[in-house]
Amino acid sequence: MRVLRFILKKEFRQIFRDKTILAMMLVMPTVQLIILPLAMNFDVKNVNVAVVDNDHSTWSQQLINKIGASGYFRIIAAAPSFREALGYIEREQADVVLEIPPGFERNLVRENEQHIGVSVDAINGTKAALGGSYLLAVIADFNQHIRLNEHGKYVPGKGVNIGITYSNWYNPLAEYRFYVVPAVMVLLLTLIAGFLSALNIVREKEMGTIEQINVTPIKKWQFILGKLIPFWVVGMVVFTLALTVARVVYGIWPVGSFALLYLFAAVYLVALLGFGLLVSTYTDSQLQAMFVAFFFVMIFMLMSGLFTAVDSMPGWAQDIAALTPVTHFVKVVRMVVLKGSTFADVQKEFCYLVAFAVVLNSWAIWNYRKTS
Amino acid sequence: MNDDKVIVCEELTKQFGDFVAVNHISFDVRKGEIFGFLGANGAGKTTAMRILCGLSYPSSGKATVAGFDVYKQQESIKKNIGYMSQKFSLYENLTVTENIEFFGGVYGLSRPEIRKRSDRLVSKLGLTQEAKKLVGSLPLGWKQKLAFSVAIFHDPQIVFLDEPTGGVDPITRRQFWDMIYEAAATGITVFVTTHYMDEAEYCNRITVMVDGKVEALDTPGNLKARYQAASMDEVFYQLARGAKRSAD
Repeated sequence: MRVLRFILKKEFRQIFRDKTILAMMLVMPTVQLIILPLAMNFDVKNVNVAVVDNDHSTWSQQLINKIGASGYFRIIAAAPSFREALGYIEREQADVVLEIPPGFERNLVRENEQHIGVSVDAINGTKAALGGSYLLAVIADFNQHIRLNEHGKYVPGKGVNIGITYSNWYNPLAEYRFYVVPAVMVLLLTLIAGFLSALNIVREKEMGTIEQINVTPIKKWQFILGKLIPFWVVGMVVFTLALTVARVVYGIWPVGSFALLYLFAAVYLVALLGFGLLVSTYTDSQLQAMFVAFFFVMIFMLMSGLFTAVDSMPGWAQDIAALTPVTHFVKVVRMVVLKGSTFADVQKEFCYLVAFAVVLNSWAIWNYRKTS
Repeated sequence: MNDDKVIVCEELTKQFGDFVAVNHISFDVRKGEIFGFLGANGAGKTTAMRILCGLSYPSSGKATVAGFDVYKQQESIKKNIGYMSQKFSLYENLTVTENIEFFGGVYGLSRPEIRKRSDRLVSKLGLTQEAKKLVGSLPLGWKQKLAFSVAIFHDPQIVFLDEPTGGVDPITRRQFWDMIYEAAATGITVFVTTHYMDEAEYCNRITVMVDGKVEALDTPGNLKARYQAASMDEVFYQLARGAKRSAD
């Protein structure tokens, strides 16, 4: 125990002497939490529409006005032909082309039916899918409207729809920031714990100081704990800072208990630090460690449901997602922050994280060799 | 086992794949002596030393250090030795006293004891002014002297020095050897590798390693007589000329 105290003192001294790391500890959470949620805005706005109106009738004009007034679209051009309108998409000026065929109004009145063309630039998948479906919703609404106007009275089977009323639970206005801010908090802890610990031991290897450590009677667990504890403390400070920023900037205050959040953050940090230590026992230079850690952290991030829903991944991908600690932590943070889930609700995730912490750290201790 | 032998090596071998870095070497080192380990670069000196320090497992053969087995009791060996590697390995971003405190602490010295010895050491090295400076900012010669002092700070039975004077000026080298003699006088056995032949003359006994094998082992005087050489330089040339391994 006494030896561990000497090791901790040395580690803390080294951390606090490194001004860059200190600055990053404070600046990273603040800046990332302020900038990233703005960039990770999943609402689709400003969909640029090029319109080809071959009808020039009252109704086609009404439809165009309605689309323009919806707030999601910008009518950027009225092109005389589809070919020219497509030119706007090719030049990346438009996202969607709406083509109204000749005889639009006449057919609607006479035949009670008319098709119109919607072409979407699908390079930006999210924008295309959401923009396209918004447009369809607007058109459907228009459709409904003209039918009712025409008949002016209730006719069974026509102009009738089942109306749907939404209510978004736990995030009433379906605001993206409630979804993204907890994710960014997770991202922060992952970066801090995963990278700092991986780089730290490898740096001792590069400097040659690890050899001096290996020739002392320091026990393996003392050395590993000596590395774990300081970064764990740093991680907890960053987490606290992140919660503060979420409160001050976004007004997000966890609905659930703080104790529960901190409990999970504590276990999660141990798991991720174990991951970092493990990487450092397999690599010999900071460059290698950085690459290996980056490779895994990248997979962790993209597979974890931080940005996309794990449920919509293919089965095998969901299995991989379950094998990354980030998945479980991000789920819990969202549940506790937005929904106020209690320990009973997240027991399973807790077990997962404890398992990750135990396995990764034991592996790291096992693989760290004082004698090669 | 003989009581005054602190290191005993029998047929010690270390093989990396097809490459035999240390080839069946046998020797023993007596308590309190300054034992020189000579050889060209790549002769296997560092590998042999790393085995004796418990940093590396031998492939075959037997060896004990301070009475402990190099296969099974590395951690006991580590309690009883000091080690100064080829590469400077104190923490550059800690101060002189912080380094001393850390290494004293991990060898289990008490805080008051560390403070007492640390003060004495700092003033002996003439580093009183620099005690609060980062080690990284010190000149190389001072760093090496400090590293040696830290290696014997916990009064080990044996201290292993791996090319301790590489890149150091002649005056500092001389001072360094004064420190080695001082340590040996207090009963610490010194095991030192070098390829400076003038330093070899300072040793009580020397071993010359060529291509992983021990080619000669005796006092400098006897070696010079046997090879009819005026200096250790000549002895070394005669022995090392046949070396097949190129320097690494």
